[in-house]
Amino acid sequence: MMRFLLLFSRQGRLRLQKWFTAMSEREKKKIMREMTTMVLARPPRTCNFLQWKDLKIVYKRYASLYFCLGVEDEENELLALEIIHRYVELLDKYFGNVCELDIIFNFEKAYFILDEFLMGGEIQETSKQIVNRAIESSDMLQETMEEYMSKPAF
Amino acid sequence: LADAGFVLTFPAWIDTIWVSSQLNAAVCWRGSLKRFTFLNYRHFYRAMSPSVPLQEMIRAIRSARTQCEERGVIQRECAAIRAQFRQTDNGGRSHNLAKLLYVHMLGYPAHFGQMECVRMIGSSRYSEKRVGYLGAMMLLDEKQDASLLITNSIKNDLSHSNQHVQSLALCTLACMGSAEMCRDLAPEINRLLRSSNSYIKKKAALCAVHIVRKVQDLGELFVPSAHSLLSEKNHGVLHGTVVLITELCERSPEALERFRKTVPDLVQIMKGLVISGYSPDHDVAGVSDPFLQVRILRLLRILGRNNEAASDAMNDLLAQVATNTDSTKTVGNAVLYETVLTVLDIKSESGLRVLAVNILGRFLLNNDRNIRYIAMTSLQKIVATDHNAVQRHRGTIVDCLKDQDASVKRRALELSLALVSASNIRSMMKELLIFLSSCPPELRAQAASGIFNAAERYAPSQRWHIDTILHVLTTAGGDVRDETVPNLIQLITNTSELHCYTVHKLYRALLTDISQQPLVQVACWCIGEYGDLLLKGECQETEAVQVTEDDVLDALEIVLQSHMSTPTTRGFALTATMKLSTRITDNVDRIRSIVSIYGSCIDVELQQRAVEYNALFKKYDHMRAAVLERMPVIQKNSLGQTNGEVSEETIKETQLAKVRLDETPQQPAGQVCDLLDLLGGSQEPLQPCSLLGDPALSQPTTALTSAGGDLLDLLGGLEPTPLTPAPTVTVYEKNGVTLTLSCEQQSDSGLTITLTASNSTDSDISSFTLQAAVPKSVQLQMRSPSRDSLPARGAAKLTQLVVLNNPNKVNLKMRIRVSYTSQGSVIQDTVQVDSFPGLSAAGL
Repeated sequence: MMRFLLLFSRQGRLRLQKWFTAMSEREKKKIMREMTTMVLARPPRTCNFLQWKDLKIVYKRYASLYFCLGVEDEENELLALEIIHRYVELLDKYFGNVCELDIIFNFEKAYFILDEFLMGGEIQETSKQIVNRAIESSDMLQETMEEYMSKPAF
Repeated sequence: LADAGFVLTFPAWIDTIWVSSQLNAAVCWRGSLKRFTFLNYRHFYRAMSPSVPLQEMIRAIRSARTQCEERGVIQRECAAIRAQFRQTDNGGRSHNLAKLLYVHMLGYPAHFGQMECVRMIGSSRYSEKRVGYLGAMMLLDEKQDASLLITNSIKNDLSHSNQHVQSLALCTLACMGSAEMCRDLAPEINRLLRSSNSYIKKKAALCAVHIVRKVQDLGELFVPSAHSLLSEKNHGVLHGTVVLITELCERSPEALERFRKTVPDLVQIMKGLVISGYSPDHDVAGVSDPFLQVRILRLLRILGRNNEAASDAMNDLLAQVATNTDSTKTVGNAVLYETVLTVLDIKSESGLRVLAVNILGRFLLNNDRNIRYIAMTSLQKIVATDHNAVQRHRGTIVDCLKDQDASVKRRALELSLALVSASNIRSMMKELLIFLSSCPPELRAQAASGIFNAAERYAPSQRWHIDTILHVLTTAGGDVRDETVPNLIQLITNTSELHCYTVHKLYRALLTDISQQPLVQVACWCIGEYGDLLLKGECQETEAVQVTEDDVLDALEIVLQSHMSTPTTRGFALTATMKLSTRITDNVDRIRSIVSIYGSCIDVELQQRAVEYNALFKKYDHMRAAVLERMPVIQKNSLGQTNGEVSEETIKETQLAKVRLDETPQQPAGQVCDLLDLLGGSQEPLQPCSLLGDPALSQPTTALTSAGGDLLDLLGGLEPTPLTPAPTVTVYEKNGVTLTLSCEQQSDSGLTITLTASNSTDSDISSFTLQAAVPKSVQLQMRSPSRDSLPARGAAKLTQLVVLNNPNKVNLKMRIRVSYTSQGSVIQDTVQVDSFPGLSAAGL
């Protein structure tokens, strides 16, 4: 299973953190610090896999954002790269040419999308279209509720 | 939209919009991307979403120029949020919580939002529930009390009429459900597994996975549902089901047996994925649903492991996947990789295995570094079992030693060391030594010790062996393990024909560089021992060079006085200087003065030595020659393991040590234990004692710090009587674990047995313990083992001494119980020894 997914910028600022196991705040902070140090220190054109304690760390840089996935030993590293790529594609489809600012200003949406794609440290849905449709319909549900609530009574 | 009464606000990056009513489209210019983007309803919806106050706050925080300013902004915002939380109901509750979550992500404390999360989850508005659950997943974990409060909400929401609300509850449960929550809600999840809605089913499946991980016993509940879900067509549900079955099989052998029967179904599903035409829903670069394929392959691996029938059933499929999958893109290689792992782990037929290894070979030549890396990881796993197959790719692997990437280098090093054999030792060593001179510092220790092991096992000649070790010491002397020094010294003493050559080489090395402590220590020792050969000048193996007595003493004095020398090294140098007093003729006075100077040295160890040597000069001069004469050839105790009997010091020291030894507390009294006791297990069986450690070659003991001090324990259990080689016999050999036994009669009734264990599998063994039982009248004392783990491929051996006393001279038998953990499972075995080598029939 996957243990965590972290998104951080080139300066090490955290943009998204998803933890798939129960951990104390201190442990989370420690792991974040170590991940950012390790990954940012990697020279370019090195392989995307690292060994850290008993976990494999798979990371990939997309423009100014680093996607860092910590997986257990039996996971397939190449597939983990595909998982990261799939998530980026989902974000891209939703936001339209997604960039880091989109994720900063709409972080809760990024989480909602992630929660339709992954769950409990495993892949939840393998089809892009189904994930997109699920997000759209939950957005629709939210908007119609808002609209209903805020429409002035005549 | 404005006509319809919507209030429009746009995100910051939209500043101008061009609208075409004819095309019914709107575009805006994106300066950062230097292009136009068509706006669609999503952009507007985003603008209308309740995130505007959130975005304003984010903007305010980001515009803070210093950390201090940011903290100020955040404090103000948090105060406002707290005030808002206290209000009973307002339309902006979800904004406030979202703001708090953002602040939390920046690293600021947000615990005061926990109760708000609980409240929001209980709300009837979907937008509030959504943010509430998100907050719960971010702020609450099972250790917080507040998490209990949401159990009820989750329970209710699981049966909500709207699937999105159900989905929120399922997601949160799978993310942070505690064991109690899982127990409470498991039946509900099982019910949802049989729902007609695939969207819910797939989430319920992963919820079940989480429940099984948290509370293993609940697994039984889900077995029937998991079984029936295998016939689903929906990929999401199928994927979740495969994950669930995998989890169940990994945790319960009964489940494993039951699900083995599903292998044909799984094979069918895979065939469908591999052969079927293009499916737009699930296609990734020409591979149909690679995520599902990989998961099924992993499940097949678990089902086929150690089971001929299951492995046979999947053989054809695996061959098909291996040959048909497109390997030009990463995704295809991901599937191939998983296939290879499965083939190598189950009982596949040899043709398939060869196919798998060849795929790995192709991976090794791939341009993509990632692929090379995983190829080496996989080859590492099979290098013990399919050694010849991996040997074929040795050239490529050795080339990877020169790769820029540190991860690739590390893998290449491990694999290269595993591939060293008697036939390729010379060429491989050349490559490894080149690697050592330029390798990254974090790999040096591993490389050095790997080289030593390889050299010890396959050295074609002793001179080569010594040369290799010297080379390593000069290149990476600072990174070698402590036991290298005694090992090397022992090797040198045993190679009597090369003493002259060795001492010359070491002397030269000493002149060049005295910073590498292990090298300096060995050099000092050799110069002390074989100084006379050094001074003779001539040497067969290397060019002669004139060395005067003064030169030698100068070199040793430089070591003594250098700030680079550790106290241990200085000890070596002082002793070496002392030994030379019997080997040189002219400069004995110089030695006397050096020794007396150090009699007032601050370092206690040096002072003690100097005082003793002084005494040798003064009161015991008649003994000096005998005391300082050449060391005898040091015998190895068993199978290449020195067992720490190497004594770098003189015989006088051993006599001194004997005195000290008698004063030190002996190991705690062992328990008398007879064969019946060990069988019955009624009494507490022998515990291996752990006080004074054996001279564990890789285990530092707290009482002893310097190498010289090790002498106290080196002779533990064995008196310094002439060491005769003890015959050894193998008493246990199973699953790659070998135990040998050798014994030595110490006295009329006393006997010392040495047990040596080694591990030739390619996975490490931990928690290795030995227990022994003997007939009633025989007294038994177990000394501490040298270590408690056995690294893979015989990288280190474990020795344990057993001291027996057989006053009644009964027929000696011993039952030994071996217990260890390998690859996660605990293994115990008992073996009985009826005959002991080295015991004459007439004796014990």
